Amino acid sequence: MLLIKCPWCGERAETEFSYGGEAGIKRPLEPDKLTDEEWADYLFNRSNPKGAHHELWNHAGGCRRWFEAERDTVTYRIAVTREL
Amino acid sequence: MSSNRLSSGGRLQRSQPIRFSFNGKTYGAFAGDTLASGLLANGVAVVGRSFKLRRPRGIVGAGAEEPNAIVQVGRGAAAIPNLRATQVELYDGLVARSSKGWPSVNFDIGAVNGAVSRVLAAGFYYKTFMWPQRLWHYYERGIRASAGFGTVPDGPDPNYYVHRNAHCDILVAGGGPAGLMAALVAARSGARVILADEQCEFGGSLLASRELVGDVAAPYWVGEVVAELSRMENVTLLKRSTVFGYYDHNFVAIAERCTDHLAPGESGGPRERLWRVRARQVILAQGAIERPLVFCNNDRPGVMTASAVSTYINRYAVCPGDSAVVFTNNDSAYQAALDLNRAGARVVVIDSRAEGAAALGAAAREAGIPILQGHVVCNVSGRRNVTGVRVALWNGDISERVHPGINIDCDLVAMSGGWSPAVHLHSQSGGSNHWNADKQCFVPGDAVQAASVAGAAAGDFTSRACLQGGHDAAAAALAACGMAAKAVAVPEVDDVDEHALQPLWRVPAAKDPDRCPKQFVDFQNDTSVADIRLAVREGYRNVEHVKRYTALGFGTDQGKLGNINGMAVLAECLGEDIPAVGTTTFRPAYTPVTFGLGAGENTGELLDPLRKTAIHACHELAGAPMEVVGQWHRPWFFPQPGEDLHAAVERECLAVRNRVGMMDASTLGKIDARGPDVVAFLERIYTHDIGKMQVGRCAYGIMLGEDGMLMDDGVMARIGEQQFYLTTTTGGAAHVLAWLESWLQTEWPELEVYLTSLTDQYSTIAVAGPKSREVLQSLDCTVDLDRESFAFMSVREAELAGMPVQLFRVSFSGELAFEVNVDSRYAADMWRAIAAAGEPFGMTPYGTEAMHVLRAEKGFVIVGQDTDGSVTPLDLRMNWLLSKQKDFLGKRSLARPDCLRPDRKQLVGLLSVDGRTVIPEGTQLVDDPEAPVPVPMCGHVTSSYYSACLQQPIALALVAAGRQRHDERIYAALADGSAVAVTITSPVFYDAEGERQHV
Repeated sequence: MLLIKCPWCGERAETEFSYGGEAGIKRPLEPDKLTDEEWADYLFNRSNPKGAHHELWNHAGGCRRWFEAERDTVTYRIAVTREL
Repeated sequence: MSSNRLSSGGRLQRSQPIRFSFNGKTYGAFAGDTLASGLLANGVAVVGRSFKLRRPRGIVGAGAEEPNAIVQVGRGAAAIPNLRATQVELYDGLVARSSKGWPSVNFDIGAVNGAVSRVLAAGFYYKTFMWPQRLWHYYERGIRASAGFGTVPDGPDPNYYVHRNAHCDILVAGGGPAGLMAALVAARSGARVILADEQCEFGGSLLASRELVGDVAAPYWVGEVVAELSRMENVTLLKRSTVFGYYDHNFVAIAERCTDHLAPGESGGPRERLWRVRARQVILAQGAIERPLVFCNNDRPGVMTASAVSTYINRYAVCPGDSAVVFTNNDSAYQAALDLNRAGARVVVIDSRAEGAAALGAAAREAGIPILQGHVVCNVSGRRNVTGVRVALWNGDISERVHPGINIDCDLVAMSGGWSPAVHLHSQSGGSNHWNADKQCFVPGDAVQAASVAGAAAGDFTSRACLQGGHDAAAAALAACGMAAKAVAVPEVDDVDEHALQPLWRVPAAKDPDRCPKQFVDFQNDTSVADIRLAVREGYRNVEHVKRYTALGFGTDQGKLGNINGMAVLAECLGEDIPAVGTTTFRPAYTPVTFGLGAGENTGELLDPLRKTAIHACHELAGAPMEVVGQWHRPWFFPQPGEDLHAAVERECLAVRNRVGMMDASTLGKIDARGPDVVAFLERIYTHDIGKMQVGRCAYGIMLGEDGMLMDDGVMARIGEQQFYLTTTTGGAAHVLAWLESWLQTEWPELEVYLTSLTDQYSTIAVAGPKSREVLQSLDCTVDLDRESFAFMSVREAELAGMPVQLFRVSFSGELAFEVNVDSRYAADMWRAIAAAGEPFGMTPYGTEAMHVLRAEKGFVIVGQDTDGSVTPLDLRMNWLLSKQKDFLGKRSLARPDCLRPDRKQLVGLLSVDGRTVIPEGTQLVDDPEAPVPVPMCGHVTSSYYSACLQQPIALALVAAGRQRHDERIYAALADGSAVAVTITSPVFYDAEGERQHV
């Protein structure tokens, strides 16, 4: 079970958190100007790296704040967490 | 029956004789015995039958690695299946029986399998029983009956189990020489230490050792250290506690067995405790496991590992045989020969190495023990106990057959194929293992987490090296914690000069390996050398595949004895070296854990929170059965005497249509949304135009996922210019709030909006039916309820029966209806007040079932029942809700080609042609039930009820291109193979113009 440092509450067990997927996926400002392919890319495609991954977590069982974590997808080591 | 009990020695309480029963017979033993030592003391050789071939099996080991002596302890509901007899502490009156070997270990029907073992080779089950597939369920019944590992207890477990969270600086797994030394150094240095050991006392190998540690006997040194540790407040000592799982970020799980060593009745408290430990540093010191040697008939009762023999002699004062052969490829087994000799047994050592052993060899020779060097045991005679061995000269070439020329009579074979470090926890932590060619074993590689491995678990097999390794690991762990290590002297232990081990993964026999008698690699699964060779001949090369094909390493022991031998045999067959073949994956749990341990207190009422509305007590008083909706308990229907569900629901529905009914709708999710940007925010969430809503007005709103699929729905109201009141489905409340928060926090942090859940703070009572207005008017309502001043789909602050309320004029039944929103503290009073006021009007409380029927009559969908995450608002004919003026979440997806397909499944109504049949929900719909199998399906039923108001069954369904198919006849394919004709209609069955709710 991961030990995750909430930027507001400190280190807590993984069970207090929910996972939000890759960070930095910006919602297009004008979706209706996008082709189907461009919209599908925003909707479905993620980088899925082996190694450092910037991702969103929510301290759902605590302060309910979303934050960003840099987690290694191989070792699960979390290098840093930060406020959005 | 012979007695193998030695007259002195051991760590037994001889003043406490006890009786125990095994397979129906009673035996005597002493407190301090395990079930295994007690059985061996009484000369019980056969303790079970093998899994597949039903061969008689005896005790092989003395600890967690035991593959054969698998027993069921206790009776009835409290029985515990599949324990290792080697780890079961005896108490007076203990009752145990073999997990395998019904009806008797001495006469077993399945032993006939042994006679036909040639057809029970690797992959037998796959090859024979999988075809023809339709007969598998017949085969499976027979296989399950004869393949049992233990019996499920016959009632709910009367014991209880607890979970405990703990934190520490240094967790030490294993309390042998390395673990004790590590704990001592860490504890004296002031660290918070948890020391866990699976046995009933700390000490590990030292408990059966005859070495001197410092200048005292090894067990005495153990006692001194444990006494010191137990006095220290910064130390938690956990015996009978197996560290069974090493998870991410130094989260370690420990199973503490609190009461199994006590007789039933003597024990209070929990049976087991799960320790969930987050450790800053972990020191793994679980020791090593001695490997068997692989020779013909090496599974016969009386063939044991050499270290187990030593343990039984030195720790339990049991000499498992009178006449022993020690067969080894390394020096350590000579200790067993010396122990056997001292215990009075006749001993011969067979050493595969031409040069024999070093220091221990000299000691054995001095003791007069005959030693045959450069020889191997190639076969064993005897069936239910060893009667002798056949020994051959061997030149060290594995490819050559040998010619057994010597027979030695014996009743015990003590074998040693070398040692395998217990790398299980290190592997679970993510660490890899490396092959050490000198020691011929896998040793742990670099730690991946904040951990280190010490002692025999790291490949340091001597006590001297273990003590030093434990000391050094503690010093390093303390440094990593930023703590200074106190100087602690490592006690001296004489070092023993050894000769190198000779790799010997299978012993050459008189015939080639595929034709000679079985050479067992994995005793529990009856996997032999020939099985592995067969798997390779059939094309299996990967160790994980071979494992699954041959069952090598499965079962309760997970290959603790057999795996490395099996992988080496595989490597030989493949012509590769052992590290290239590698090991299978080590996964938790190290030894089996109970379901009770995992469940802990989370059973029964504590499994999941139960949510009751503030009005719950009124419903219980009314005798309403409850429907479970997520965590909520909601009144299902309100039966009157003699009524069943259908009668009650018909009465409740008709009351709402003709007079007035009331329902507890408090479980609706309720969210207060306010702030300067609340309109801008909700515009992006909901599909309809928010800005156009006037204060005091309500709207039905839906929200979509970004994929365009309907996510949740509910009435929302504009309370003020910058304040809205949102309702969600009962099941979607938490998810919707989280969804809204996620957009506010991650995508649109510039919007100033505040969201507050009010689900529990406010309760909602729906009052529905033509008389509902009159009922509320009679309760001194402070606002005008007539049609003009309080229009449909609006909201008012008011007082009702003297209590402040929010009144919504909304309807989920299609009738004139109001929803009374009231502070939950007043909710029960309000319920009673409305019920009393409504009595002259025929007020009828109704439950969730009538609510479902009423809304279905109107064609109102329930998200999650009529939709399933693949349904768009277009499929539900909700186009009118989709704003063309703005963007909203999911809008772009609705323009994807797949969302515009004309043959998508669309919401329709269904009427049974016979006017009687209520189609089961979930039923598949077909155009032509006579079509050849597989019959193409065109949709499915999502909601189905009998409508008392319409006097016929109605159903909602999703049907491909259903909107264009009104009045067509299709068929509901029932589970019994019959088909019922149905007609496709509009989903709105009642008051299609919606006049009744506008009166």
